[in-house]
Amino acid sequence: MNKSKNTFNAKKISIGKILLYAFLGVFAFIQIYPFLWLVLFSLKSNNEIFGGNIAGLPEAFLWENYKTALVNGKVGLYFMNSVFVTAVTIVITSIISGMAAYAIERMKWKFSKVMLVMFLLGMMIPIHAALLPLFIFFAKIKQLNSYWSLILPYVGFAMPMAMYILVGFLKGIPKEMEESSLLDGCTIYGTFTRIIVPMLKPAIATVSIFTFLSAWNELMFANTFISKVQFKTLTVGLNNMVGQYTTQWGPVGAGLVIATLPTLIIYCFMSNEVQRSLITGAVKG
Amino acid sequence: MDRVLGDKKAIFIFVFPAFVLFLCIIILPIIFSGYYSLLEWGSVGKGTFVGLRNYIELIVNNGDGFRESVLNSVILAGLSVFVQLPMALAIALILATGVKGEGFFRSTYFIPVIVSTVVIGHLWMKIYNPQYGLLNAFLTNIGLESWKGEWIGSEDTALTAVFVPLIWQYIGYHMLLMYAAIKSIPQDIMEAAKIDGASPLKTALSITIPLIKPIIEVCVVFAVTGSLKTFDLIYVLTGGGPMHATEVPSTLMFNTIFHRNMYGYGSSIAIFIIAECLLFTIVIQRLFRVKGET
Repeated sequence: MNKSKNTFNAKKISIGKILLYAFLGVFAFIQIYPFLWLVLFSLKSNNEIFGGNIAGLPEAFLWENYKTALVNGKVGLYFMNSVFVTAVTIVITSIISGMAAYAIERMKWKFSKVMLVMFLLGMMIPIHAALLPLFIFFAKIKQLNSYWSLILPYVGFAMPMAMYILVGFLKGIPKEMEESSLLDGCTIYGTFTRIIVPMLKPAIATVSIFTFLSAWNELMFANTFISKVQFKTLTVGLNNMVGQYTTQWGPVGAGLVIATLPTLIIYCFMSNEVQRSLITGAVKG
Repeated sequence: MDRVLGDKKAIFIFVFPAFVLFLCIIILPIIFSGYYSLLEWGSVGKGTFVGLRNYIELIVNNGDGFRESVLNSVILAGLSVFVQLPMALAIALILATGVKGEGFFRSTYFIPVIVSTVVIGHLWMKIYNPQYGLLNAFLTNIGLESWKGEWIGSEDTALTAVFVPLIWQYIGYHMLLMYAAIKSIPQDIMEAAKIDGASPLKTALSITIPLIKPIIEVCVVFAVTGSLKTFDLIYVLTGGGPMHATEVPSTLMFNTIFHRNMYGYGSSIAIFIIAECLLFTIVIQRLFRVKGET
């Protein structure tokens, strides 16, 4: 009696388990399949897609689509612009947020708390609010269609989060090291660059991932401030390119794949860090 | 030591660049936006001060279908909270019980979150393509030809069609936040529940979910404010069309400012979006607090 009940339970559990994995598997498929489909049609010719092979493997891998996208569709240019803008944004954000976070968390002055609160409130501000005034401002100083018209707003809007992450991290670093460095007669600048910055590395990595994702994927500013092809980043450039190749799916697919590749490569190598940095960003007080 | 750490010049050097940038990129523009919103102003010349007339035109006179656009974004917020979050929570609960391949599933679900919304928009445009898109091809294959549609091209289906990828993209994000919170619950609480013979469902309902309430609150705030501000995907997929069927405040703001060159009027929409987000954030926090006390 007892025994049969146990086997019944065991069976129930295994059926439940199967259902559970089926559910997880189906959901994984839903999340990932559109991207697989994208890669497949990026390698097909129009004849194949319009001839009915919409979802299947390509008959012949048409790598030419990638060449068309990169050269004729200018995705190569947009890609380099995105790399440049994103890289400079990350570097500037890390440096100036790191300095300010150090002064706010460790140095002694009257308005440090107020300053911190002000920066953190910035996290609540959507970029919508700044779009038109910045557009007018950049137009006035003739800086529309320049890299700076993207880099400066990106840094500005990345700073609150960076500050939040860096100040939080600094709180957890013991003070002994920098105190002994200061007592040894090292200047505050030397202490910052030689003692603090190396210890901040993990936090800077988090900040960099966060800033990378927001700058690389940003559309609204880029779409507004940049109209010259030579300065377009991927998000705006892709809109262009898709318009130009509406009827040619292969090159469009190739362009989309190229734009996603850096993100996916970073994610492949550091998926835990990427996930952790987005968790850190969300869990604010 | 205190003298070195109180060095005014060093503090100035450290804080100044960040402060100036913050001032110029965030604080001043908001003040200017607020000011512009009180002007009757095209794109040239100087505007004339008209007080709250832009807001009255928007909200009371319902200029340009503003109320419909707000309604669309509120529907999206509702779907996010009542469809997206429960799905994310269910998956987070399942993953956190320690199924095999936990890390694999988690990483997979998260991929759409990090991919650019522009890429996702163009990808879904191809999925929805009436002739060669994945969706219609799929319907044909399973014998539901009659269900085939124009999707984003038709006024009737466009709104649903833009909501699906919006919900789809960020399930993984909420899942991850909840998963991390569940994993940080002390192990002995879970052990105790197991020893007491609580079923997984009971444990989830009466232990796990109450314990991760703070992160659920964060998720609700993100889901709601994210929906109210949503722009990229709709801009790419439909631009607010066809016939304003998928218009949300952000797309309306963008079109008003940059296509119709109405700077003052458009700014009032921008200010409305910010105010709306702040208001909802406060209301949600209140709701969670009241619930927490009873």
